[in-house]
Amino acid sequence: MHIVVCIKQVPDSSQIRVHPVTNTIMRQGVPTIINPYDLFALEEALRLRDRFALEEKRWLRNPSRGKVTVVTMGPPMAAQALRKALTYGADRAVLVTDRRFAGSDTLATSFALACAIAKIGERFGPPDIIFTGKQTIDGDTAQVGPGIAKRLNIQQLTYIKKVTRIDHLRRSVDVERCLEGGTQFIESKMPCLVTMADGLNTIRRGSIEDSLRAARCSILTWGVADLGVREVDKFGLKGSPTVVKRVFAPTPRAQKSVQLETASKTVGHVADELVAWISSHQPKLADMPLSKSGA
Amino acid sequence: MSRERFDAIVVGAGMSGNAAAYTMASRGLKVLQLERGEYPGSKNVQGAILYANMLEGIVPNFRDDAPLERHLVEQRLWIMDDTSHSGMHYRSHDFNEQRANRYTIVRVQFDKWFAGKVREAGGTILCETTATKLARDGSGNVIGVHTDRAGRPILADVVVLAEGVNGVLGTRMGLRDVPKSQNVALAVKEMHFLPEHVIAERFGLTGDQGCVIEALGTISRGVAGLGFLYTNRDSVSLGIGCLVSGLAESMESPHTLLNGFKCHPSIKPLLAGSEVKEYAAHLIPEGGFRAIPELHGEGWVVVGDAAQLNNAVHREGSNLAMTSGQIAGEAICTIKNQGRPMTKDNLSLYKSMLDKSFVMRDLIKHKDVPALLHTNSQSLFSTYPKLISQAAQGFVRVDGSTKIEKEKAAIDAFIKARSRWGLVSDAVRIARAWR
Ligand SMILES: Cc1cc2nc3c(=O)[nH]c(=O)nc-3n(C[C@H](O)[C@H](O)[C@H](O)COP(=O)(O)OP(=O)(O)OC[C@H]3O[C@@H](n4cnc5c(N)ncnc54)[C@H](O)[C@@H]3O)c2cc1C
Ligand SMILES: Cc1cc2nc3c(=O)[nH]c(=O)nc-3n(C[C@H](O)[C@H](O)[C@H](O)COP(=O)(O)OP(=O)(O)OC[C@H]3O[C@@H](n4cnc5c(N)ncnc54)[C@H](O)[C@@H]3O)c2cc1C
Repeated sequence: MHIVVCIKQVPDSSQIRVHPVTNTIMRQGVPTIINPYDLFALEEALRLRDRFALEEKRWLRNPSRGKVTVVTMGPPMAAQALRKALTYGADRAVLVTDRRFAGSDTLATSFALACAIAKIGERFGPPDIIFTGKQTIDGDTAQVGPGIAKRLNIQQLTYIKKVTRIDHLRRSVDVERCLEGGTQFIESKMPCLVTMADGLNTIRRGSIEDSLRAARCSILTWGVADLGVREVDKFGLKGSPTVVKRVFAPTPRAQKSVQLETASKTVGHVADELVAWISSHQPKLADMPLSKSGA
Repeated sequence: MSRERFDAIVVGAGMSGNAAAYTMASRGLKVLQLERGEYPGSKNVQGAILYANMLEGIVPNFRDDAPLERHLVEQRLWIMDDTSHSGMHYRSHDFNEQRANRYTIVRVQFDKWFAGKVREAGGTILCETTATKLARDGSGNVIGVHTDRAGRPILADVVVLAEGVNGVLGTRMGLRDVPKSQNVALAVKEMHFLPEHVIAERFGLTGDQGCVIEALGTISRGVAGLGFLYTNRDSVSLGIGCLVSGLAESMESPHTLLNGFKCHPSIKPLLAGSEVKEYAAHLIPEGGFRAIPELHGEGWVVVGDAAQLNNAVHREGSNLAMTSGQIAGEAICTIKNQGRPMTKDNLSLYKSMLDKSFVMRDLIKHKDVPALLHTNSQSLFSTYPKLISQAAQGFVRVDGSTKIEKEKAAIDAFIKARSRWGLVSDAVRIARAWR
């Protein structure tokens, strides 16, 4: 079994400050971390690998060991994030880095990552599952995972909190997906791409063997040329139609929320009281055609 | 598959550990270094002054890429009472030499750099990995370490304990006692950020020049202690360190003392408008020569702060740490090259090399000072500073009283505070301890 996990190195947003004048993020001196959702993804992948190894051991004399490959696109210093992922227990790491990737928006990022994953597949065998985080804590778009799935033309399972079962014979996977008011239980075929929401897992502390291996393992580094793709203008700034028009810090809401004590008990009457209260506080709204409940 | 084995395991990636690991790795030994912090330097809190000479002995061309803040051209020693300071300043153009003698550094960055050198030399460093126990064979010889990560102990011919002043691993394993409260100071420190040009103006510096202020007096409320202020490129490290036993007796809180120091009228204007970004606290070994524990045993040596190798009188620690680490590394390489085992007897080479170095010689010279500081703290850190301030004020203030009256008043004040006999005996004690 082969699992690929996409991780992104992000500034630790709990330690970030916004420049009071330019409104830009002051990244200088802010420590970087692995995007927290990607850690849920990594741990889920490591658990699937380990579970797979146990099952194989039970049935086969020469069990094949599952492998987890971590990949990131970013500047050379993103290697730190990969090294850390190896310390947690990932088996190999690929850094996709090139000046020509700079300025990528989500379209270009997902294109580059899809190319890299295709190449990882050629080198180390096609992945059964690709994990990403639900979203990053810096870009926050939640577009990269689906972008990769679309390009690789595989199933996408978003906002997953748990992969409950993998059936290797039927090549299917069962997952639990977060919904606003509940949980969806889904079965899908493999290969597929899973974007992890706040998982039920916490990232493990790698063993001493893992950290020794991580400290010595060399990280594969691929540039544009290594990906063997013709459409180089789909990378980086050139391949990024997103334009940042303005950056601003939203002003915090001036008004505090209020809690109303209502005299009535039934839903309809409570609503009437609420509407009356709003109308009295927002005269503009009072002119709008709001009818009384039941009318 | 046979079990992997290292020539040496170094516990800790501070000054001493990095020096030891670098020395051994660059001579071809297979070295593993363990650091409990997220990265080397993440746990380290030095002021900090780097003494170039000792680092040069280890990494000769360190000036090419080490993160150095400023080279020091001026040293100020201030004796303070609550409203004044009298000082001795030494500034010399000679310090603007190409290979400067002292630099300020920020340990977080410096340790990362030093650990990078260890890696370049071929050493392996595992961070976020704490050595929890020493592994021993049937006869009690140290053969490796257990860590807080899952897995079997890691094996090595020798373990270098470079774990810093607390030295929990060594004390837990019974290699030495827990440091006594009168033998350690607790230092609290803040980093105040200021624009580079503001620092230059306030301290009269140009380019990379730097200045150090060290201050003693009523700021430590009678406890043996020292305030310090070091200029970095765009920040000022400011702190105060006091003997733990003194803090315990007086019930003074280090934080209150630091606040008092910061608000002192002589210090406050130097910090005006700064932004505080870090607050840290750390112990400093102050027991000197008499507090040094056993330095080597069957399969282990101890270096740096963990071995209490710290010269409190001259506020030198990192250089003793580096040199002790280097010497331990060299001794281990020599024993290894001779094909001899890392027994206690063979490792005594480290001790004998250390005895010949400045490390032990300086510590022996000042062996009686620590006791003097903690028994005479009230007079040294409160009474005398006040008297000196009064005398200085009497000397410069022009108020119509005659010079003879003024001098007599100053002398009377000294005698009244300490008595004739007290003054003589203080002088003798200080001279004797210093000798
Ligand atoms: C309006 C806007 C303007 C921007 N402008 C610029 C700009 O000018 N220059 C610039 O450099 N960037 C810019 N960015 C940032 C850049 O577009 C995104 O950071 C990047 O495309 C990834 O998107 P995201 O962080 O939202 O990831 P999401 O889609 O939120 O990430 C989901 C998951 O995808 C995976 N993933 C995402 N990125 C990577 C990666 N690089 N490597 C591996 N896995 C990854 C992770 O698993 C992650 O959890 C901008 C972003 C926005 C929203
Ligand atoms: C406020 C302050 C100011 C100072 N100013 C100066 C100065 O200006 N000049 C000077 O020369 N000296 C100064 N010193 C002293 C100097 O910092 C120390 O002497 C020096 O750091 C000692 O180096 P070391 O390697 O022995 O210990 P440390 O630098 O403390 O390093 C010990 C390392 O070991 C790690 N560690 C501990 N236990 C374990 C374990 N079980 N497993 C794994 N890792 C472990 C720690 O995380 C740490 O990184 C100052 C000290 C303080 C506190």
